[in-house]
Amino acid sequence: MAEPIIVVSNLAHRYGDFEAVKGISFSVDRGEIFSFLGPNGAGKSTAINILTTLLHIQQGSASVAGFDVATEPAKVRESIGIVFQDVTLDRDMTCWEILEFHGSLYRMPHKERRARIEELLELVELEGKRNTLTKHLSGGMKRRLEIARGLMTRPKVLFLDEPTIGLDPQTRRRMWDYIKSVNEEGTTIFLTTHYMDEADQLSNRVSIIDHGQIIATGAAWDLKNMLGEDLIYLETSDNDAAGKLLQKMPEVTGIQERPHGFYAQVNQDGTHILPKIMDDLRIAGIRIQTVNLKKPSMDDVFVHFTGRDMRDDGAEHPSSMHAKTGRR
Amino acid sequence: MRMGFLTIYWRDMIRFVRFRTLLISSLVQPALWMAFFGIAMSANFTRLTTDVPPIPGIPNVGYLTFMAAGVIAMTTLFTSLFGGMTLLFDKNWGLLREVMASPLPRDHIIFGIALSGMTKSFIQAIIIMVFGIFIGAEFFMGFSPLNVIFSILGILLFVGIFSLGFLFLSAAIAISFESPEGMQGIMTLLTMPIFFASNALYPVNAFPPALQVVSMGNPLTHLVNGIRYFAIGDDFQAIGVVYSTTVTELLVSLSVLIVFALAMFGLAWWRFQKAVVT
Repeated sequence: MAEPIIVVSNLAHRYGDFEAVKGISFSVDRGEIFSFLGPNGAGKSTAINILTTLLHIQQGSASVAGFDVATEPAKVRESIGIVFQDVTLDRDMTCWEILEFHGSLYRMPHKERRARIEELLELVELEGKRNTLTKHLSGGMKRRLEIARGLMTRPKVLFLDEPTIGLDPQTRRRMWDYIKSVNEEGTTIFLTTHYMDEADQLSNRVSIIDHGQIIATGAAWDLKNMLGEDLIYLETSDNDAAGKLLQKMPEVTGIQERPHGFYAQVNQDGTHILPKIMDDLRIAGIRIQTVNLKKPSMDDVFVHFTGRDMRDDGAEHPSSMHAKTGRR
Repeated sequence: MRMGFLTIYWRDMIRFVRFRTLLISSLVQPALWMAFFGIAMSANFTRLTTDVPPIPGIPNVGYLTFMAAGVIAMTTLFTSLFGGMTLLFDKNWGLLREVMASPLPRDHIIFGIALSGMTKSFIQAIIIMVFGIFIGAEFFMGFSPLNVIFSILGILLFVGIFSLGFLFLSAAIAISFESPEGMQGIMTLLTMPIFFASNALYPVNAFPPALQVVSMGNPLTHLVNGIRYFAIGDDFQAIGVVYSTTVTELLVSLSVLIVFALAMFGLAWWRFQKAVVT
């Protein structure tokens, strides 16, 4: 039976009048990869800042690795590693110095520190960049170095705040591989992301968070299954009528409207139901313009639970993200 | 004993050495003050004070010697007040989060930054002494070699404690402010009165009484007293004013600096306990 390593109950946080986190409760099991999925401004970073003791807890309780964040912050700090959302590497220090600095901050003994640096440089494939200033590293290398730094002290829990923001698809996949291999060595991973595919591919369990509240929690697979077996996308000459007609079918469990058409959630293999749907629509005199069949994605899960597309509000594009990464 | 502050110190020194422009400008700037302001002013003062007959029996030093001590003090003031700026940049660029999220006690951040600022002030003070003597400042005149070493240590003691005080203050301001512009504004407000209401560049005897009181409470005045005592002597005259300093007066000056440094550490400690960096 898995034991929880992070336990959060009724956590709430406000900035003045703004309620960023509205009483959330969840727990993360030892050894799992757990994701907070939600748009920017959903309260993910606030939650991670409280769990990592950077923000004082205002309401509720939280414990990490068995230590209460309110009463034993120093113990929590010793048990965790953090990779922040923005790049937080000193541009004018070398990769080796970054890790050495971090190890000394956590009072790692000299010998162990030096050995660990070599181990991690190898893990993230930066051995050749040991004496390179971080300003000369590519985005992916910087992220890898930050992950190495987060792992320096062999933390029980590694917090990753938007770990692949602003990286190209190929680099992202490699980052995921690193994260998975770190997890396989026994580190529990807590990550926040606003990328559906990241939550989907990387995590054992996902909590969807929106407007400071957890809307759904479960394995990515289970969440997707809650939407039924398949999603059928239709654009027709009369979407309203078509939607009403389909809703009466026992196989159709839900309709989601879209600008030019709609999705019908079906509880059976869509390939079998689709011909029947097309027949029924034709009989009703509705002309089908476009048809598409797909398995539900995390995007669909998000829309299903929040009633809106994550990109509608707040979700920034990677290209506009990195105004803050340079130094001086 | 925990030596975590040495980690902060190590990193700040790496940056100091690595930023060539910062390094070179901070070394050249005090020398430029000496070379231009010092020589120009001393030429004028020498001309203006030709009518003032030196008091017999008391060693007379030129203006360059007089102001060289002031330049050491001024440079220490500026370097220390801006020493905390690095914290502000670290905070704004997110680099401070790593430190704040680590188990390192926060007073070690203050100590680390203060120690590196103090090191920089020591380097600058020595450069000004060497360069000053090179262009004609009459420091350590008639001192035995042992006496010179003792005097240099005395100067560094005063410079060190003074710089700690202002570095603590600077760190407290840096952790409390969001923008470098805001901090710059505060610095400018502070440096003006501290610098000009002191005996760094001219005697305070001719000040109006109110300003004299201000200068007596000014840490910079006490630093300058200490430097002049060790570099020139306990009894000398410059630009027609006699400076004689007893050991008691010297210890009073030292005490003022120590009290100031302790108070500023208290301020910084309080600001750091309250600081939230996310």
